Amino acid sequence: MQILQVYTCLDQIQYIEWSSDSLFILCAMYKRGIVQVWSLEQPDWHCKIDEGSAGLVASCWSPDGRHILNTTEFHLRITVWSLCTKSVSYIKYPKACQQGVAFTKDGRYMAVAERRDCKDFISIFVCSNWQLLRHFDTETQDLFGIEWAPNGCVLAAWDTCLEYKVLLYSLDGRLLSSYRAYEWPLGVKSIAWSPSSQFLAIGSFDEKVRILNHVTWKKITEFDHPATVASKKTIVYKEVEKSPTVDTERFSFSPSRTLDSSLFSTKSKYDISQVPVSLQYIKPVADRANPKVGVGMLAFSADNCFLATKNDNIPNAVWIWDIRKLKLSVVLEQLCTIHYFQWDPCQPRLAVCTGTSRVYLWSPAGCVVVQVPGEGDFQIMSLSWHCSGDSMVLVSKDNFCVCYLEGEEVK
Amino acid sequence: MGDWKSVTVPLVSSDLKHILSYTSERKRSSTSMNSQVLHLPLPLSKNMHSFYSAFCTEDNIEQSISYIDRNCVRLIQLLIYFFSPPPPCFYQELTTLGFPSIYAESKGKELNLVSIINCMNDLLILQHKNLRAQEEAEMQHMKLGSDMDHLQNCYAKLKDQLELSKREIVGLQERDRQLQSKNRNLHQLLKNEKDEVQKLQNIISSRATQYNHDMKRKEREYNKLKERLHQLVMNKKDKKLAMEVLNYVGRADGKRGAWRTDKTEARNEEEMYKVLLSDYEQRQKQLLLENAELKKVLQQMKKDIISLLPPQKQKPKERSEDGLVLSDQEEDIGELNKENMWELSCETVREQLTNSIRKQWRMLKNHVEKLDNQVSRGHSGALNEKDVISREDHELETEKLELEIQQCKEMIKTQQQLLQQQLTCDDDTTLLLQDCYLLEERERLQEEWRLFREQKKNFEKERKSFTEAAIRLGLERKAFEEDRGAWLKQQFLTMTADCKQSENVTTPSAFLRGSDPDIRLVRSASRQRKPPSVLSASVAAESCQTSQYIAQNSVASEKPAADNMPNLWVESDDKEETEECTKSWEDSGVGTLLCRNLHMEQLP
Repeated sequence: MQILQVYTCLDQIQYIEWSSDSLFILCAMYKRGIVQVWSLEQPDWHCKIDEGSAGLVASCWSPDGRHILNTTEFHLRITVWSLCTKSVSYIKYPKACQQGVAFTKDGRYMAVAERRDCKDFISIFVCSNWQLLRHFDTETQDLFGIEWAPNGCVLAAWDTCLEYKVLLYSLDGRLLSSYRAYEWPLGVKSIAWSPSSQFLAIGSFDEKVRILNHVTWKKITEFDHPATVASKKTIVYKEVEKSPTVDTERFSFSPSRTLDSSLFSTKSKYDISQVPVSLQYIKPVADRANPKVGVGMLAFSADNCFLATKNDNIPNAVWIWDIRKLKLSVVLEQLCTIHYFQWDPCQPRLAVCTGTSRVYLWSPAGCVVVQVPGEGDFQIMSLSWHCSGDSMVLVSKDNFCVCYLEGEEVK
Repeated sequence: MGDWKSVTVPLVSSDLKHILSYTSERKRSSTSMNSQVLHLPLPLSKNMHSFYSAFCTEDNIEQSISYIDRNCVRLIQLLIYFFSPPPPCFYQELTTLGFPSIYAESKGKELNLVSIINCMNDLLILQHKNLRAQEEAEMQHMKLGSDMDHLQNCYAKLKDQLELSKREIVGLQERDRQLQSKNRNLHQLLKNEKDEVQKLQNIISSRATQYNHDMKRKEREYNKLKERLHQLVMNKKDKKLAMEVLNYVGRADGKRGAWRTDKTEARNEEEMYKVLLSDYEQRQKQLLLENAELKKVLQQMKKDIISLLPPQKQKPKERSEDGLVLSDQEEDIGELNKENMWELSCETVREQLTNSIRKQWRMLKNHVEKLDNQVSRGHSGALNEKDVISREDHELETEKLELEIQQCKEMIKTQQQLLQQQLTCDDDTTLLLQDCYLLEERERLQEEWRLFREQKKNFEKERKSFTEAAIRLGLERKAFEEDRGAWLKQQFLTMTADCKQSENVTTPSAFLRGSDPDIRLVRSASRQRKPPSVLSASVAAESCQTSQYIAQNSVASEKPAADNMPNLWVESDDKEETEECTKSWEDSGVGTLLCRNLHMEQLP
């Protein structure tokens, strides 16, 4: 890994993003309200966008890699800066919500959540010339997020957690369907589209995932996350610490690195637990907002066959569901709380990190614990796969490392 | 048994009295009898023995005998009464009892030993009998007593049981009451809980609305602040340039930016709809593929199911109808198996397919059930296949019958309708119908009349023309005759002048030359019919003339006659004549030729 370029920004960078064609890098400094753009091809080229007293809360690239969308403070407006022309566009009344701006996968359309006069609206813009295509109101109390289906034809919008409501809009603004599982308890926590746009998985605060199908937009199944796994057909992999063997003494002559690693980091491996297994369950605090209850993380595998979920009540476990059979396939029980997981963009392979120096990989063939070799504690907070699926970046607080996966050749 | 009076018998000795009173006491207390009866004979006998020994001594033999004689009656009566059903009359002489008197009959006060012994014997026998009866009575008494005891015991036990069960019932009732009250309590609790839940839900909803309201209020305030801020920000904005770029970058796709116009808007819309449409089309294609695959699978399944049901085809003739049904189904199946049917996705084809599969599946199920039944019956050992009608056969039969019933009903309905139409036809309608026919006929007749009249007119015209022609003909004939007469005269005159000249004078009639031998014949024949005025040696010319003349004559001769007749005649005659003429001439084969000649003659 060789350093290609070093760019110096004016202030502390809060957010950094590559443009879609990998030619430019966006660096946003929220405190100063400045966005700086660097070019890879021409290191001398520079661009600075100053929001001034409007302030900056969020910044991102447009899908064509030539426009920058800045959200000003208090979500007053979204300014669209163009790198090609000097034109500026404003989008007024954007909604201050978790996922207020969504781009279609092909980058043609952008959906923005708006709120005027205490009512929620969605505007759909054409990304090529930022023309308003559709503007319609939604039947939500407080729109929480929007997300396009991968086929770019359906937009899912869901309400705040106080109301369980998921609305599905067509590209031309028609309401296709509205889904509501129950009325009073806390509602939607997370949503994920399957890559084929066939399924929409809705994780909610009642520890269940409900899956809607794209033909009727009705629930086809719901997955429950109880603390006891009783099904005979589920494999439960439990991470077990490997006690340091006596053999380490024999390796006293080995390079110090391994010795250090064996001293400072405990090894672990996976064991298959016998069903029924009771998982570690944490009872949430009752009187706090945004309780750690419910299904907080959802991800479909790239081949549409698996769905990985995490129930925040049971923070050490990853549940992997087989979508073809609509059943629980595997439960990975880790020693520590799961921070993040991500599917390989090419294969059904899941990488999980729990804040330890180990990354856990699961595939239908089995699962493995990968130790990050190194001195000291490398606490992996997040990870990110390379789009080819051959390597991934493991990020800790101060460091990062790249993990290469060797593919086995079938002879 | 009658009431027992204590018999007071004057006794000689107190012992006897005792005995008597003893016996009477015995009678009164039946219970004591049992215990005492047994003992009685022995002491009695002993007592009696000792008593009788005491009773009769050598001194008072006579007295005792008389006493016995006197009291015997009463004693015997008592004994009899005790031990056997009493005779109706209480006072009876010993003699009447059948005992001979103790005293000798004829010997006064002398004792009859025989009779005494007999009496004694009788008494003993009686005594035995009485004892036996007594024993029996005692036995019965005992039995009855024991029965009574037994019954009393039973009664006591039953009473205890009754008491027990009554207590149990009371206990159970008590428990039941308790449970019911518990149940009621629980129901009440449940209702309370439900009410509470409802209340809480109401509270939640009311609080939610309240929060929403407050949120909206705060939001509006916030919006106002934002607006204000926005204004301030916008005002400050024109101070500095917000974006500094070294140079502008080309667009990602290399094209130039376009102005935002209506055209672009329209294009955007178009693009959007294209995207949507392509998505739908793709989905539809996928669904079609899926459908086709599923249909294939269903067809295969159907085939498999049919192949699994061979035994049905070999059913006996009774089920031939089912077989027919099967064959019909198979025909349908055969039709549906055509490939092009798969392409169709219309409702009927789909329904057909699913219905046929359901039918086959049902048949298979029934078949399997039948097999199961057979197996189970085989296990149990009874195989009565003939008696058992499998469900599937039954179902088929019922379906068939239902169909038949429906068809019959429909037929009946239609028949009824037709019948009604026929019978309950109104008079008006019949009249109308009749009138219809009459009208038809009338119209037909009218048509015919019209034709008839037309023809009549035509015939009239023809007749007129014919009459005219005939008149003309007549006139011409007259003229011709005159000419001929004149000419003949001349000829005659010339002939007489030149008698030697026997030349064949050829008349100007050219047609003679080309005449047939028939004509010659005719001429020759007609020659004989020449009118007396005509006399010529010339053969050909005259003959033809005469033939002509005959024709004319025939016409002319009849003409004057015809003229006198009314029109009808004329018409018909003309017709006939012309017909005849034509006929005759035609027959000879010269009809047309001569007619032409005729006309030619007429012309000048």
